[in-house]
Order: sequence, then C-alpha cells, then structure tokens
Amino acid sequence: MLQRNKQTGRAYFPPRPFDPRDPFAEVEWFEASGKGRLLSYVISHRPPPGFEAPFAIAVVETDEGVRMMTNIIDCPQTPEALQLDMRLELAPTKVNDEITLPTWRPAREA
Amino acid sequence: MPKPGSVAIVGAAELVSPEGRFPELSQLGLHARAAIMAMQEAGLKPSDIDGVACAGASPTEVAFYLGITPTYVDGTAVGGCSFMIHVRHAVAAIESGLAKTVLITHGESGRSGIGRGGFGFARQSLNAQFEGWTGPMGPPTLFTVPVLRYMKTYGVREEHLAMVAVVQREYAARNPNAMMKDPITVEDVLNSRMIAYPFRLLMCCLVTDGGGALILTSADRARDFPTKPVYVLGTGESVETPMVSQMEDFTSSRAFRVAGPRAFQEAGITHDDVDHLMIYDAFAHLPLYGLEDLGFVGRGEAAQFIWEGNTRADGKLPLNTNGGGLSYTHSGMYGMYALQESVRQCRGTAPAQIPGVRVSVAHGVGGMFAASGTVVLSNERP
Repeated sequence: MLQRNKQTGRAYFPPRPFDPRDPFAEVEWFEASGKGRLLSYVISHRPPPGFEAPFAIAVVETDEGVRMMTNIIDCPQTPEALQLDMRLELAPTKVNDEITLPTWRPAREA
Repeated sequence: MPKPGSVAIVGAAELVSPEGRFPELSQLGLHARAAIMAMQEAGLKPSDIDGVACAGASPTEVAFYLGITPTYVDGTAVGGCSFMIHVRHAVAAIESGLAKTVLITHGESGRSGIGRGGFGFARQSLNAQFEGWTGPMGPPTLFTVPVLRYMKTYGVREEHLAMVAVVQREYAARNPNAMMKDPITVEDVLNSRMIAYPFRLLMCCLVTDGGGALILTSADRARDFPTKPVYVLGTGESVETPMVSQMEDFTSSRAFRVAGPRAFQEAGITHDDVDHLMIYDAFAHLPLYGLEDLGFVGRGEAAQFIWEGNTRADGKLPLNTNGGGLSYTHSGMYGMYALQESVRQCRGTAPAQIPGVRVSVAHGVGGMFAASGTVVLSNERP
C-alpha cells in the first residue's frame, strides 16, 4: 500500500496524512504495483545482530515513483548479481504475526 | 543581508592530536578546553563573551560550565555542518545587535567515548522506522548508499574514489597533527578492507577525539584584537532530508546546491576568487558531490578534476589541505576542523600553507546529505 494525492494521482513516501507537495489536497491509500527498479545500494560488511555479512542495503524506486530503503532477497549479495536498474518486485518477509518487512527480490517475469 | 566582511573571526583554537585521543577530557571538557584556548588567543575572558553556540552539547551546558552569561544562544545541531551554520547565525546576531562577541564550540570524544551521549537513531525517528530495519551500522553503510548511482551516471570508477584519499594523504604528510601521514597509492586504497561496497577502509573517515572553538565579533572591533582578523564574507545553510533514501537526486545534494550558491552570492564572489577550499569529507565521495554542487566543476567532472591533480597543493584549487576527515581527524562532527583549516590558511599559519590565500571556502555536510552549511572567509575586508 502507498499513499497518493487524489487530485494529481502522484504517490508519496513515507506515509503521512497529507501530501508534502500540497498539504491541503485530499489523499488516499491505494494498492501499489509492487514493481520497481534498483536505484542504488551498498554491500555492508558490518552486520548488526541478526544480519549476516555481506548483505546489500538498497534503495528501490517503485513504478509509482517513490523510493524506499530495503534489502534484496533471493539474490546473491554481489555487485555482479545486483545490477543498477534491474527490475525488482516486492517480496515481503514475515517476521511475526505483527511485523512484515517490505523486502524486494529480482523480478521473476520481464 | 549582512554586508560582506562585517563580522570577523578573532579567536580560533583546535584540539587535534596525532594519536587521535584525548582520554583525559570528557566531551564537555573538550568544548571547554577549546573555548579557553580560543579566549586566551583573543585575549578575552568568559565575561567578555555574550553569545554561545554549539552542537553536541547544549549551549546551556557550555555557558554554565565556562561561566558565561549570554544574551544570545544557538543550539542548532544538524550534524557536522552545524558550526558553519553557527557562524552564519552569529554574523546575523552580531549585525543585528543580539550579541557582540560570540563563542562557537565543538568537542567530541568520538574515539575514547568519554562523557559521550548515545549514538544512533531514536526508535520513533523516521530513520528508525523506514531505514533502520534494513540493517545499517552507522554512516559507513548509509552515507555511502547513493554513490553507485553517481558512479553509473557519470562513469566514475573506484579508482577515482581512491584518488581522493591519495591526494588528501599528501597534505596530511605535511601536517604534524594528522593521524595518518604515510603516503598511500590508489592500489593501497583499493586493497584496503571492504567496509560497504564500493567503500573500502581508506575511503572512510577516521574516528578520533577532538575539539575546536571560534570567537566572532564585529569587523570594526576586530582591529583591536591581537590576532589577524579573518572576515566572514558570506554564508549559506539548508537541509534536505533526515533519510538518505529520500534524497531528491542520488547524484547531487539539494542542501549543497542551496547553501553553497547562497554563500557565494552573499559574499559577492565568483569561483575564480576562491584560492582554497575545504569540503567535509566523511567519505571519499563527498568532495566529488561538493565540487559539483558548489559549481567549481560541471556535473560528473569532479572525479577527473581530482584525478588530474587540480586539488593538489600546486594545483588550481587546493582542497582539504589539512588532510581531511580521511587522514587528519574526524571526531564525528568534522565541520569545526574544516573551518579551523580555512582560518589558518587565511592567517597564513597552516602546516600545508597555500601561498597567497585571500579567499577560502569551508563547506560542510550534516547527517547523511541531510544538511549543509557554507562559509566564505577572507583575510581582506572588502
């Protein structure tokens, strides 16, 4: 789910109860495409607890035009496998009954 | 808008050691020691100071600890460029009569961790909610995130990033207080330990203890001080986003593009007037963004500009002449040290002194491309 301005249709992120480009406009939640591209990343060799290095900290730009930091799953964490602009799709990771993380993976279909 | 050169720096002191440590001083102690050194140089007592600005401690703590009764306080704390912004605000305060003599302090026990507050994002912050879950471990894994996009856009290679560190080490070799002085090659940098691809250890800043202080007053009063006045010609400031992932453009900093040109405009200078430049280098990509966003070179040209030697001591635009955060010192909020080097270059007292410096620019970053401050200094009053 993402939020967008009802008049312009333009999405924004992170969520808030108004559109930062026009705080007086009506906004709504909508079901996003779950598609995007790999905008940039680093491969961290400094793992915090619960992470195994090396792992990528990436930014995906969704087809709706918003950007979010994420991890890329189901993919080797190497510069060769992680090509900028590669197509990605949302692949949520369930942590527990309350928390699901918006992780992404390489798109399965072109 | 303040007139260029209406306010001057009349006291400047820095606490930097080649060991990178001051284990006998707490963070507040570093603020105070630097402040006392600057007052001593300027021939001032705490009762002569009526303005206090600092980041990392509160101005209340610093004023109380030093016995100052201020009529002006500035606790702007937007990261490492806060001190550039303190200079900007101090100029406005002095010009408008809020204070006559402003003390700006920095102190950070970054290495020894004595009397240091917690580091990291508060759980309720936007950073913790929208970035923290992806596993970052501090600035090395966040500040670095945009660079692959920059490199792809402009065909910049890892060798170019390495060269930034190589050139700055040349300056550090001439600086007795620099923590890292041994010459390095591009190959050395590219063989150093991987921290967060494509950043290797020698592309990342040091972690040290340190402090610094500046004292500013009106240019008319500055003539009566024992030190050579360094005039503030112009300043700029801005912020963009607390989250690096939300930058408008991964190849350029909006905060840089606002603060830099504003400072130049206020100073009434062009790029050709600048003899010496400091760009906050927490990581090797920052001088590239800075050179481009401040307009010294065109988009995508900074890597080649440094590669060709233009920022060396004998080049067109000597840059980061103390050795920078990469080789000199970096306690966490490096902006104060960039300002101190600009002051030294204007006074003619820098270890790697550039001959004939008249105008120096110190450009800072705060957070991870979150904020920016720019200060244009000169040893001549326009």
